[in-house]
Amino acid sequence: MMKTNLKYLSAIVLFGTALVFSACDDDDNDMPVTTMYEQEDQMARPAINTVFVSTGEKDMFNTTTPAQQGAAFATKFKDKLLALNPGYTTNLLGLDATTFTGVLATDVLSVSLTAPTTFYDGTNVLTGRKLDDDVITVELILLFGGPDAMANPGLTDDHVDANDKTFLNSFPYLATPH
Amino acid sequence: MRLKLNLKSLGLALVVFVACAASYLIAADHIDAPAVTGTGSDITDVYAFQSPANSSNMVFVVNVQGLLAPSATAAASFDEEVMIEVNIDNSSTKDNMEDLVIQATFDNGKVKVFGPEAPAQKGLMSTLLKSTPAEATVTSYGANPVIGESNGIKVFAGPRDDPFFFDLNQFKAIIGGTATSFNNPGADAFAGTNVLALVIEVPKSMLGSDAINIWATSNRKM
Repeated sequence: MMKTNLKYLSAIVLFGTALVFSACDDDDNDMPVTTMYEQEDQMARPAINTVFVSTGEKDMFNTTTPAQQGAAFATKFKDKLLALNPGYTTNLLGLDATTFTGVLATDVLSVSLTAPTTFYDGTNVLTGRKLDDDVITVELILLFGGPDAMANPGLTDDHVDANDKTFLNSFPYLATPH
Repeated sequence: MRLKLNLKSLGLALVVFVACAASYLIAADHIDAPAVTGTGSDITDVYAFQSPANSSNMVFVVNVQGLLAPSATAAASFDEEVMIEVNIDNSSTKDNMEDLVIQATFDNGKVKVFGPEAPAQKGLMSTLLKSTPAEATVTSYGANPVIGESNGIKVFAGPRDDPFFFDLNQFKAIIGGTATSFNNPGADAFAGTNVLALVIEVPKSMLGSDAINIWATSNRKM
């Protein structure tokens, strides 16, 4: 709904702009028209929209700025977390359900410019995301593993620990396509 | 025994509470939402890491159009109507508003990367930065990577192996109530598939001094 309104609004703005330009365009000068881009997809941490956002709101999540996501989605994320894991108390980071989902609902990736960059390497937590970080297992541990990562052992590791191709040490780092 | 029982009740709870969402539980961000699925603006993953080749640099990777079979990869192309943006909050308060953006556009087989620079406006609507871009020819399937470099910024765009790995199918089985745990070993549902990758390496000095928050967006030309 919001998106539709935005589209109408931008159509009106564009139409209005066109009228102004044509009114002033006496000598066929090429007036610089600024091209506008409208946001469609948005992502930071892996699997947030896919796991935590309900079916009817996935497009809305993608078109809500991170600064507004927390207010719009934190409660819904908490409900989803407790649906996925009714026994959730805290997790390895010591975060209770409200705190954890409050963090997740603002979908940004923290990146250190000084420390090692990793989703989680045993020491550093959420300082970036490397190509070989096993991000899904980290997220499963935080969702299902409880305060000591020992709960629900069948659900805390998908046992796919690495990519099917080796990454490169030089730019562009990603492996050649299949 | 008690653990097993708990797992079973958890499995039951999963069925009851999330079965209706199962069809949309896809992957990292691959085909995450109806409006972007199957389009050139569908982001699959975002990465940010210190350059393995130069510790003074940061690497950003934004992948789009995931789950490309090898047979479909040569024909896949970046959508020229879509601008990919890396949004960077380097404020001390971390207000999650973009203080800097890096923008990539695709035109006539070339990728152009603008920034990092303060955007003219923040939020859901964007205009292109006016600075001189770093450019590269989009690498075609099977060719050696074409790397553009300008002002210390490196650029690559083209098909690559999807770096994401996950036993998605077993996860869906658990969520769907037909399994109660992962297998060991698991099966990587993304093995053998490709994405269209955008890789940008920039000096950290252009980004901030300590820590930043980042997020990627795709934005369609109006």
